[in-house]
Amino acid sequence: MSDDTVTIDATAEALADAFGPAILEQGVALGEREIVVSPAALIAVMAALRDDPRFGFVQLMDLCGVDWPERPERFDVVYHLLAPAANTRIRVVVPVSEGVAVPSVVSLFPAAGWFEREAWDLYGIPFEGNPDLRRLLTDYGFEGHPLRKDFPLTGHVELRYDEEQKRVVYEPVKLTQEFRNFDFLSPWEGMTTLPGDEKANRG
Amino acid sequence: MADGSLPTEAVSGGKPPIRTHTMNFGPQHPAAHGVLRLVLELDGEVVERADPHIGLLHRGTEKLIEYKTYMQAVPYFDRLDYVAPMCQEHAFALATEKLLGITVPPRGQYVRVLFAEISRILNHLLNLTTYAIDVGAITPALWGFEEREKLMEFHEAVSGARLHANYFRPGGVSKDMPAGLADKIGEWAEGFPKFIDDLETLLTENRIWKQRTVDIGIMPLEEALAWGWSGPCLRASGAAWDLRKSQPYDVYGEMEFDIPIGRNGDCYDRYLVRVAEMRESLRIIRQCLARMPEGPVKTQDNKITPPSRGEMKRSMEALIHHFKLYTEGYHVPAGSTYTVVEAPKGEFGVYLIADGTNKPYRCKIRAPGFAHLQTMDHLSKGHMLADAVAIIGSLDIVFGEIDR
Repeated sequence: MSDDTVTIDATAEALADAFGPAILEQGVALGEREIVVSPAALIAVMAALRDDPRFGFVQLMDLCGVDWPERPERFDVVYHLLAPAANTRIRVVVPVSEGVAVPSVVSLFPAAGWFEREAWDLYGIPFEGNPDLRRLLTDYGFEGHPLRKDFPLTGHVELRYDEEQKRVVYEPVKLTQEFRNFDFLSPWEGMTTLPGDEKANRG
Repeated sequence: MADGSLPTEAVSGGKPPIRTHTMNFGPQHPAAHGVLRLVLELDGEVVERADPHIGLLHRGTEKLIEYKTYMQAVPYFDRLDYVAPMCQEHAFALATEKLLGITVPPRGQYVRVLFAEISRILNHLLNLTTYAIDVGAITPALWGFEEREKLMEFHEAVSGARLHANYFRPGGVSKDMPAGLADKIGEWAEGFPKFIDDLETLLTENRIWKQRTVDIGIMPLEEALAWGWSGPCLRASGAAWDLRKSQPYDVYGEMEFDIPIGRNGDCYDRYLVRVAEMRESLRIIRQCLARMPEGPVKTQDNKITPPSRGEMKRSMEALIHHFKLYTEGYHVPAGSTYTVVEAPKGEFGVYLIADGTNKPYRCKIRAPGFAHLQTMDHLSKGHMLADAVAIIGSLDIVFGEIDR
């Protein structure tokens, strides 16, 4: 266990040394290292993480979007890197506003290609420099970005085979029963700010 | 050329004209392993470009999980890689346990490892035998599916379902193994090496099999790493990288097994690695059976795992626990984790963000097959059309996990 802490701290120092202010935040939670980077610094950070012998994160294992509608920077793009030689992982988080392009890392990690297409498809995060930014998982001609929090679970259209027209037709979704989404937060647990206390917790 | 005349430049060059075709391979092609629509640009019979169109099995699993409690999310993982369902559940269970900060009792961990390895053999049996069908050999599938049926009986014995088991839960497994099952698995494990030998007599030195797979779809180690490969495909390219060894979870740290690796990274090596892995899985299964301790199979905290049926009928507290668990579920403290397991196809990861409620805020599923299929264009360029089929087979593609 003590060996682990030493290596993790060494990584933290190396990260601070290599990138300095490019890293907006860094921390270790549940034994997983996470750094927050601005989109402008992303390519330089990722290139160094891959090529610097102190890190050696040669594998991009995962790339995904996360939607936080309340935040001004609405999306997180999350990269999970793996260094097989050192047997360590790192998570790189890039917050972006809606409609702002993130530089593509395809030139560094060819594996990013499809993962970026998926994030574009499901969240509508554009990736600048991805040579093939088409939709990936959704239907041909699909509209909207289904994993955004404001996209309804049922979607907007449903499809069926039309016997008269001899083809599949799309129609607005009709529900016989409203989708029931129960709020399980009890008022004692869920209400962190009591009515009248709003000012006390501000700033 | 509607009038049948030849293009002038081809005639003047003195060569017969060759036009490139664009061909749809799938989504209803048996060798497409599910619903792969592969748009191939062919120059004669040589693949110039392969563009896999995926998503025909997209069910929005990640979106659905955001609207389900943690316990209700488990069955969705069976439906990802439906060939080895329990390994997917394992990743989600471990991720949730990490966020909850709980550990599973030893017997629960042994049962999980035992069934994760049974799932691995299930997966490799299906992959190797259908791969052989794609290349033209029927017999392995006829033999292999009989063995799969025996293994699915073990699945059924513990969970009640052959495929969609819903057996590994956050906190342990849903029930203990029934009496006598360990002996049955032990008996089967005695006879299985003979089956692997028989399978190898059909394929390993088979002239046609080797002609179709050796030196086809070569992936050098450097490129395999860059493309995010993992699991048997990466090991076939020469990396001794196995998450069960390097980042052990549950009781894998106590198990003795070797990591088979390949040398050439071609389709034949990927076959050999999987065959060797089945033998290693068998070693783990034997060790699990020999060392399995007595005791509970799930954490005894009734805020997370349900009380026993009998107890529920007598104790008011147990009844309340049961009711709360199956309506509201448990609340998971805010945090995020990327938890991985060595699924039979490679690194299966779950990136789980909890916001303190009873439902995941975000659950990203990292499927190994997604990264493997992505390299289809890279691997099949310059190969013949029939080789593309062998490459798809060797990558071990299952659309449940790729499309999610």
